Amino acid sequence: MFVHVSLEKGGVLMAVDNKSSFLRIFVVLTTFCALSGALLAWVHSFTAEAVERAALEQRAQAVSIVLPSHTNDPLADACSIALAGTDRELEVYPAFSGTEFVGAAVESYSLDGFSGEIVVMYGFDAHGRVVGYEVVSQAETPGLGARMQQWFRMDRGNRSVIGLDPCDPASRLTADGGSIDGITAATITSRAFVDAMARARAVFDVYCSQKETR
Amino acid sequence: MDFLRIIYNGIVRENPTFVLLLGMCPTLGTTGSAVTGMSMGVATMGVLICSNMSVSAIKSVVPSAVRIPVYIVVIATFVSVLQMLMAAYLPSLNATLGIFIPLIVVNCILLGRAEAFASRNSVLRSCADGIGIGLGFTLALTLLGAVRELLGTGRVFGLEVYPEQFGSLAFVLAPGAFIVLGLLIALFNCIRKS
Repeated sequence: MFVHVSLEKGGVLMAVDNKSSFLRIFVVLTTFCALSGALLAWVHSFTAEAVERAALEQRAQAVSIVLPSHTNDPLADACSIALAGTDRELEVYPAFSGTEFVGAAVESYSLDGFSGEIVVMYGFDAHGRVVGYEVVSQAETPGLGARMQQWFRMDRGNRSVIGLDPCDPASRLTADGGSIDGITAATITSRAFVDAMARARAVFDVYCSQKETR
Repeated sequence: MDFLRIIYNGIVRENPTFVLLLGMCPTLGTTGSAVTGMSMGVATMGVLICSNMSVSAIKSVVPSAVRIPVYIVVIATFVSVLQMLMAAYLPSLNATLGIFIPLIVVNCILLGRAEAFASRNSVLRSCADGIGIGLGFTLALTLLGAVRELLGTGRVFGLEVYPEQFGSLAFVLAPGAFIVLGLLIALFNCIRKS
């Protein structure tokens, strides 16, 4: 028995045989979804390792870029610290020259970005001044917020945060009464960047106070 | 010859950006610079060729009532594969294009070509259509990105043409995308008609 289902869209009239077509639709959809799942699982099986390795490499590279010159292996000496009131642990990568503490890199984050979380690695010298930074992951608007990777190290106006101490009240955006020039047309991203920097500095302080007892 | 004609058709007569006006979201979103525009175009072309060929190959077994969901599954699969491969082997490009790669799934060029071309033509012709439309999209995005980058930052493909402070930020932002796109469409129509 034919049941005529008229889907009048652009004058197309479709006749659907109720029972056999239901079975056929079921089989076809199931088959394609299964094939798709199998293909994705196969690709995942050989890319997962490379993705992880790329992430590790990126982290190691970020640590080596943002730290002052050192003689130890910061990745081996890493430790995790959670700030009071949160349960999220941040990684600290300390740098030593011989036995002298010369600074630390902190992988910090902010949830105040324009598009999801931003993760940035900040390097500090022994006094807590910013030596460098590397953006680890972000999904900000390309051409605007995504420019933070270059912007806050540019030697133009007051864009650069290099050499600043984030504890200093001036280490805020000019829009918030500080002295840092935020990214043009991306104030939200800039604020998130400064927020992540302040969080990194707070973790750095906790690390320094615990360091004596370790 | 047919193969080349279909490719030419995709680049000029049915250029997805300048003539069909499809896929405007990534067109406006990823063309802040020539390199990101071109990367997005190439990524989309790769998915389009694969999805066009697959859709053409399976067209006789898919009941027409569920063809759209099946096409979406096919397209989404290729996009996920592309995303995993990029995250594994091109992490920096993956970071630059970010959210726009998963959004290829909802790019109406892909579904449009599956429905309008691949579901009625042979695998080979569908492949040609994927290459043609993909190239048309890539060229349009690269051109748009290059013009916006030049007017906005004084650079093309990262090479400085004139100092950045003479550039107008508006062209890097969304309004500039609309203005440049409109002017390029007008120019393209002008050339095509003459």
